Amino acid sequence: MMPGHKVVFCIALAVLPGFSAAAQETPDFRGAPFSMQGGEAVYRGVCQGCHMADAKGATGAGAYPALAGNSRLASAGYVLSMVMNGHKGMPPFRGHFTNQQLSDVVNYVRSHFGNQYKDQVKPADVQSLR
Amino acid sequence: MSTSGTTPSRRSLLSMIGVVAGSAAMYHAMTELGYAEGSSFTGPIKLSPPPPDTTVLILGAGVAGMVAAMELRDAGYKVRVLEYNGRPGGRNWTLYGGDTYTELGGATQHVQFDPGQYINPGPWRLPYHHRGILHYARRLGVALEPFTQVNYNAYVHSTDAYGGKPQRYRQVQADFHGHVAELLAKSTRQNALDQAVSKEDREILMLALRDWGALDANYEYKKSIASSMRRGFEVDPGGGIKSVPKPSEPAALSTLLRSRLWSAIGSGHNYEMQSAIFQPKGGMGMIGRAMGKDLGPLIEYNCKVTGIHQDQAGVTITYVDSRSGKDVRTAKAKWCICTIPTPILAQIPMNVGPKMKAAIDQLPYLAALKVGLQFKRRFWEEDDDIYGGHSYTNLPNALIGYPMWDYFSKGKGVLLGAYTFGRPAYIAASKPPEERIKDALRHGSQIHPQYKSEFENGVAVAWHRVPWTLGCQGAWTDARREAHYNNLCALDGRIMLASEHASRLPGWQDGSVLSALDAIGRLHARVMNP
Repeated sequence: MMPGHKVVFCIALAVLPGFSAAAQETPDFRGAPFSMQGGEAVYRGVCQGCHMADAKGATGAGAYPALAGNSRLASAGYVLSMVMNGHKGMPPFRGHFTNQQLSDVVNYVRSHFGNQYKDQVKPADVQSLR
Repeated sequence: MSTSGTTPSRRSLLSMIGVVAGSAAMYHAMTELGYAEGSSFTGPIKLSPPPPDTTVLILGAGVAGMVAAMELRDAGYKVRVLEYNGRPGGRNWTLYGGDTYTELGGATQHVQFDPGQYINPGPWRLPYHHRGILHYARRLGVALEPFTQVNYNAYVHSTDAYGGKPQRYRQVQADFHGHVAELLAKSTRQNALDQAVSKEDREILMLALRDWGALDANYEYKKSIASSMRRGFEVDPGGGIKSVPKPSEPAALSTLLRSRLWSAIGSGHNYEMQSAIFQPKGGMGMIGRAMGKDLGPLIEYNCKVTGIHQDQAGVTITYVDSRSGKDVRTAKAKWCICTIPTPILAQIPMNVGPKMKAAIDQLPYLAALKVGLQFKRRFWEEDDDIYGGHSYTNLPNALIGYPMWDYFSKGKGVLLGAYTFGRPAYIAASKPPEERIKDALRHGSQIHPQYKSEFENGVAVAWHRVPWTLGCQGAWTDARREAHYNNLCALDGRIMLASEHASRLPGWQDGSVLSALDAIGRLHARVMNP
């Protein structure tokens, strides 16, 4: 179990139903904090769940957009806002990560997978959007 | 105990009772999610005959779409359903041996379960008061059997308590109730509750506490036949000569409190979790299958919707073959009921008003994970005396669900080895299926060491990887609901949405049913009064 993770039981599960609705903005429903540090670890630990390991996204009835070669990543502010607030299927992650984790992962995706953007966001930039 | 000294601890205990018993914080959580009210199903919907040749296109053959289709068809509408998958049901879905499931990213799982074994990756319970979905199960002749939510002999487990040794649910519950009853009895005797309880009521309260907590004549909760009748004996009563029962020793209050296992005994207290609960025999997917059979050729499978356009004359749906991505076709109707999950719908070109569009764009679906694990034998029954119900743990797999059919059978069994939301489910989605299964085995073996020798095969469904939903259910929060819910549900020109995500029972099939019935009711009113 993750360090510092006190029992986070499942009243969550208990309360919450069948198929249900755990991940509300109530601490108990969210599990232990995301402990991964650094942009790559955050990407590998969470983001690739949808954007895939190669950041090329995937398509079914709907699609997860590629981050590789995606010109929208030119704007660091756009990426940060998307990660924090979500949009069109993308969940908001502002409550799941620290300023450091958020800035790290934004910088990571903008400088990997063929992306070579030099400008970086800082934890203070994240804070200003909280 | 002095009154002043005991006040804070009593208050914190009471609030703990609130948490465990389903009030306070839990009530808040429930209302936030819209659970506090039960099903509003009041009986089969009755629609008057519409004008001849009134056509409705329904997008999605899940529970909402198929309920809408059956009822509109029965009323005399000309309906047609377009479905992405090659089967009916949507999230009403059961995986059996021989099934193949390919998730986004391409990982394909060939389910290896034996005949008769299955897991429901999606919904799996039908509470008795979910009268809408139960109505359709009954109408379609789907056989139901009991679903056990609470099993007193299942485990509650914390890596931080009792050296990681799982405890029996009944022991933790009996000890928690007993200790709380004893404390309250003491406070009552010391007149600490004078303001809250009248003199006349005090006597009744004392009786109630003794009864509720299994206290002895001195209002103490301790090792006794009475307490063992709740928590179980060290040696059970027997027959014949060596028959004397040996009471068991309750956990000390402080040990129990610090274990935090009291937080795992609340599950059956909730409205949605109270007995009786049902499941279809043979898997939840039996309901979707029966609805699909009922609708027959009205459902067109393997259709990926690529455009939704409405104008004064009607609605035009553009779609392709979901397997090839080719073969562009269109379908037209006067009206459209759309049940496509919002993360997907948000990506489909669609001319609805800005309010509905904003609602769709702002409703992602939650992360969730379910893992099914087949074992060579039903060791939970044979070794642990656990028949159905759930064990809870603070490990990331969160719970173990025991199969609630074929009890005592000699053969194999499939456990629900993980069922999580939130962060653990996000982490699981980022791993390949075989890693999710390994994690579930690693976690579960801390509760059942038999996992290691008895495991055969498994399947893991991380809902953000499901190609036709992009998540498990609408991720409503209070703020989102306030801003968008009514706009999401409103009739927009000729288009109306329906799904669990357009209900106040998110994630429940009854929400899908009620949403569909509400949608067709309002659509019908509009058709009849243009």
